[in-house]
Amino acid sequence: MLIFHGGSDVAPEMKNPEALQKHMGKWFAWVEKLRKEGRYEGGEPLEPRGKFVSGPNKIVTDGPFAESKELVGGYFIVNAKDLDDAVALTADYPDFIFNGKVQIRPIQKMEM
Amino acid sequence: MVAVLTRLLGTENLDAAEDIVQDTLLKAMEVWRFRGVPENPPAWLYKVAHNKAIDWVRSAQRKSKLLADEEKVKSSLNLLRSEVVFQEDGIQDSVLLMMFACCHPAIPPESQIALTLKTLGGLSTAEIANAFLTTDDTIAKRIYRAREKIKQENIKLDPPGVFDLSYRLDNVLRVLYLLFNEGYYSNHSDSLIREDLCVEAMRLTYLLIHHKATNLPKVNALIALMCLQSSRLDARTNALGEIVLLEDQDRSKWNQPLIQQGLYFLEKASTGDVLSEYHVEASIASIHAMTDKFEATPWNKLLTLYETLSELNPGPMVSFNRAIVLGHATSAEAGIHELKKITGLHDNYLYQTAIGNFYLMKGAPKEAKLSFEKALLMTKSIHESALIKRKISKLPLIQHFY
Repeated sequence: MLIFHGGSDVAPEMKNPEALQKHMGKWFAWVEKLRKEGRYEGGEPLEPRGKFVSGPNKIVTDGPFAESKELVGGYFIVNAKDLDDAVALTADYPDFIFNGKVQIRPIQKMEM
Repeated sequence: MVAVLTRLLGTENLDAAEDIVQDTLLKAMEVWRFRGVPENPPAWLYKVAHNKAIDWVRSAQRKSKLLADEEKVKSSLNLLRSEVVFQEDGIQDSVLLMMFACCHPAIPPESQIALTLKTLGGLSTAEIANAFLTTDDTIAKRIYRAREKIKQENIKLDPPGVFDLSYRLDNVLRVLYLLFNEGYYSNHSDSLIREDLCVEAMRLTYLLIHHKATNLPKVNALIALMCLQSSRLDARTNALGEIVLLEDQDRSKWNQPLIQQGLYFLEKASTGDVLSEYHVEASIASIHAMTDKFEATPWNKLLTLYETLSELNPGPMVSFNRAIVLGHATSAEAGIHELKKITGLHDNYLYQTAIGNFYLMKGAPKEAKLSFEKALLMTKSIHESALIKRKISKLPLIQHFY
């Protein structure tokens, strides 16, 4: 699982519609490439709002906030042999230029 | 898409329609980024816009912001539910209706063009400003004025047949013609932008051809003209983006399929009893298109056509072209004489260049140089001045000082 933090979701440059369109083109191309290589399994965007529930008193707080640099914008599920292979797949991640981060987490396989 | 939504929401809600389209595109960016581009992007976009439009009508209904009565809201919702308008035919109809609304005679001409590009061409204000070499502000004002007019005059998206088709159609054709010319003759240094305008004008004219009510001889003549002119687009500039005159163009670079298409439409246009200026202009373009080298140009034929054109549509530019053709058909002397009779073009670099050319043909390089130098002072782009400097540098036996 590739979890995308920050990047173009929070970059002020993306307020310009033409720049946004151009940048998103890179994303579309990346997904397309992964799909063609049989690596892309699925993915969803996350809305930039939510709630936290925490503690034994189940306290509800607001957040994460749309401005947060750590905001998760969305995720991909990809096929990878191992972590190194998954790292290699992020080579074309378009948001590095906006200081975006990719968290790579293997999904646990159940042996049944 | 704006056209489709405006048809549903009413012209008074053109702003809302544009907002919905904007939202839809943003949504697409967000979702496609993680899910990839869907198999049928237009269908996806229409589906999302459709849902947003339903939401908008409902919330407008709640706020009773919609000035229209209950009936109208219901019919809007019904139309939305039926989804007919979102199918190919429905979309084309909507675009056509929108075109007639954008070119309504009550809207000032320069606003008509800006509004057409914005609403139907999907160009942003900045792109339109860039294409017309003017500021965002100017274009924004033009569009704003056009929208105000639509509200004031209560201009509706009426189907052809409800209003006087021939009168309104003339206006639509004129806007498309200007739009095409803006692309074809503009001094813009970016050739892509110019081509966009030409392509957009042609796309909209094709729509008129595909509609029974508007597939009339003069519409065919206009598309013929556009095809024939655009067949020369590639040959008109060299690798450096400089202008290449008709005389020097590599005619093998002319786009033959476009020429054939132009001739086909010109033939289809040759029915009925109305001879429009588009017919004459397309005929002129077809003569150039069918002549394989400049020296073989049948100038006498062109002269007759230009004479017809100046009766139909008199103006300095027509007289100017007529004079050039006359000069080639008879003598350089006569050309200069005709050119000098024209008023209103003395500040035009092409006009001075043409005089210079005839002096050169006549064997009077001194006078030619004078005219070229006058032209040089009037050019607006580097490509134009490069063209004239080339001319001057080719002048025989004259020493130049720059």
